[in-house]
Amino acid sequence: MNDIVDVLIIGSGASGAAVAYSLAETKMRILCLEQGDWIKQSDFPSNGRDWEARRYGDFDTSPNKRGRLTDYPVNDDNSIMKVANFNGVGGGTIVYTAHWPRMHPSDFRVRSLDGIADDWPIDYRTLEPFYVENDRMMGVSGLAGDPAFPPRYPAMPPVPLGKTGTRYAQAMNKLGWHWWPSDTTVATTEYEGRAPCINLGHCTPGCAQGAKASTDITYWPHALRAGVELRTRCRVKEITTNEHGMASGAIYYDADGIEHFQPAEVVIMACNGVGTPRLLLNSASSRFPNGLANSSGLVGKNLMLHPWPMVVGYTDERVDGDHAPMTSLWSKEFYETDPSRGFVRGYMLQFSRGTGVVNEAITSAAAGRLPWGKDHHRVYRDLVYRRLMIGVACEDLPEEHNRVTLDPVLKDSNGIPAAKIDYTISENTRRMMEHGIARAEEILTVAGATNISASRTLLNYPGHLLGTARMGTDPDRSVVNEWGRSHDVKNLFIVDGSIWVTSGGVNPTSTIQALALYIADQIKQRLATLFD
Amino acid sequence: MIPASEEFGVPGADDAAIFADIVGSLGRDHAHVRAALGQFSAMSGGGFSGLEEAAGLLLTQGGPAVGTLGRVILQCYYRDDRVIRSLGLEPRPPFPKGHTLEQGDWSLLDPVRARPKMWRDAP
Repeated sequence: MNDIVDVLIIGSGASGAAVAYSLAETKMRILCLEQGDWIKQSDFPSNGRDWEARRYGDFDTSPNKRGRLTDYPVNDDNSIMKVANFNGVGGGTIVYTAHWPRMHPSDFRVRSLDGIADDWPIDYRTLEPFYVENDRMMGVSGLAGDPAFPPRYPAMPPVPLGKTGTRYAQAMNKLGWHWWPSDTTVATTEYEGRAPCINLGHCTPGCAQGAKASTDITYWPHALRAGVELRTRCRVKEITTNEHGMASGAIYYDADGIEHFQPAEVVIMACNGVGTPRLLLNSASSRFPNGLANSSGLVGKNLMLHPWPMVVGYTDERVDGDHAPMTSLWSKEFYETDPSRGFVRGYMLQFSRGTGVVNEAITSAAAGRLPWGKDHHRVYRDLVYRRLMIGVACEDLPEEHNRVTLDPVLKDSNGIPAAKIDYTISENTRRMMEHGIARAEEILTVAGATNISASRTLLNYPGHLLGTARMGTDPDRSVVNEWGRSHDVKNLFIVDGSIWVTSGGVNPTSTIQALALYIADQIKQRLATLFD
Repeated sequence: MIPASEEFGVPGADDAAIFADIVGSLGRDHAHVRAALGQFSAMSGGGFSGLEEAAGLLLTQGGPAVGTLGRVILQCYYRDDRVIRSLGLEPRPPFPKGHTLEQGDWSLLDPVRARPKMWRDAP
């Protein structure tokens, strides 16, 4: 049997890395179990001529399509939104776009301000110092002075506007609508050993230059130097409990499929909004027959995935295509609630560059824009490097019927029951999507684009997996308390996107990590009374 | 599916080098491609005479197998050096040379900077 550790962290992604780094200063014995591998920069697709093809292979964002040995399958057949993630050191930060908005202050007070869903048990001001600390660790480029958000001060200048950003900016100014250069964790200058961006263009499937922040190159080097142990190719099957109803450790499989038990004084889950409820439900026992930490019955419920229509148009000249980071600008013009729009809450518009040669052909053929046969070449030349693309990042409200359960049949390669997703888009969100699509079409038209189209069924799948073990002060209405500790199991913490109460309308990684740092800080402040 | 074109100076997807790349790259897509070709063969009645009509029908109907067949062809066709050069691009991976992105005119932000605060305070 392994020696007991003080803290066992499950998952090394956005939140697991942050909590490991923060707790390292306590000098406790900390171990992180990660089911994936370290990924080297030389492994990333943009090193080779097949870089675009690998987005549909070993660097696909869908675990079902990627199908690495280190992945687990997810049954998302009963969901219009599919699951995106990555299993490896760095987790989803390996394959995110590095877009870096924070939640707005109003996002934490949805019930109070708009009369729906629930308020968070914490607020923006509570998290603000942890956002700042996280920005310092991840390295953020952007521009201070955005009137749509409380003051913040990115350390590096923003990604250049380029031809694409200039088109968007001119259009937004004509319309009189808000825009601002996106905060991003793409380094635009040397930053803490990271080289600056050289516009490889393919940020999502990993940055060969190392300019994009992922936790394997930001938090983990610091955490490892401080003494944290990170054990890869360890897939956790179950969190165990003792006769006192406390977590006693975890059972995991190593790379050879050998089962081990790792005892621990404290267990911290950082497995994302699908992996965490899956593991809690797989940890059912006679003491916890409905799954661990599930006396509320809410484990797996209230799944939020951010429906994200993409609106595409084409200009009459070549713009940036994939010769720049995908992230460009954001607009918060329609972010805060305006009841006259016919829905509550709102959305961020995320202005993207175009796409690569191969992806343009594949996606345009699938959308019916690009014919096969004799007209193929003529039409293709009117598409390639002419694409403008706006994403509508819709706030997804919590609904209990949107949920993660255990699939009765599907299992991973170790025989562990897989997660099953049931998810539908609410009427409020549908109205929000239509509003956003119409605004994006207006913007593209003013920007000089034609051949404009929006997909309402084949949505972007951003991999924002939120809400399935929500935080709150009421044990009947939440899974963890206001500082991330399970109401039921007093040495079990959750730090990933599961604990979100509502989803906001922004990319979640900066907030996931700020929450992880906040919870780590709460643990450090309460060490003497942690289990009371 | 992608014919050669004298006008654009490009080979077709049936070019020997491109076809070899397609066959050599099937990998995990092998089963889907085989299924799509099976559908194709059944629709054409197994002969050459109905091929064009069958191809049109199959591509219109779509489905995962046909989608995979199309993707496999496109991802190999559009990495062929001759095709890439015909588009005015360099046949190379993004790393390590990268690309240049023009800074743009940041004075475009002036009217946005002048706007009053837009975010809501929360109690």
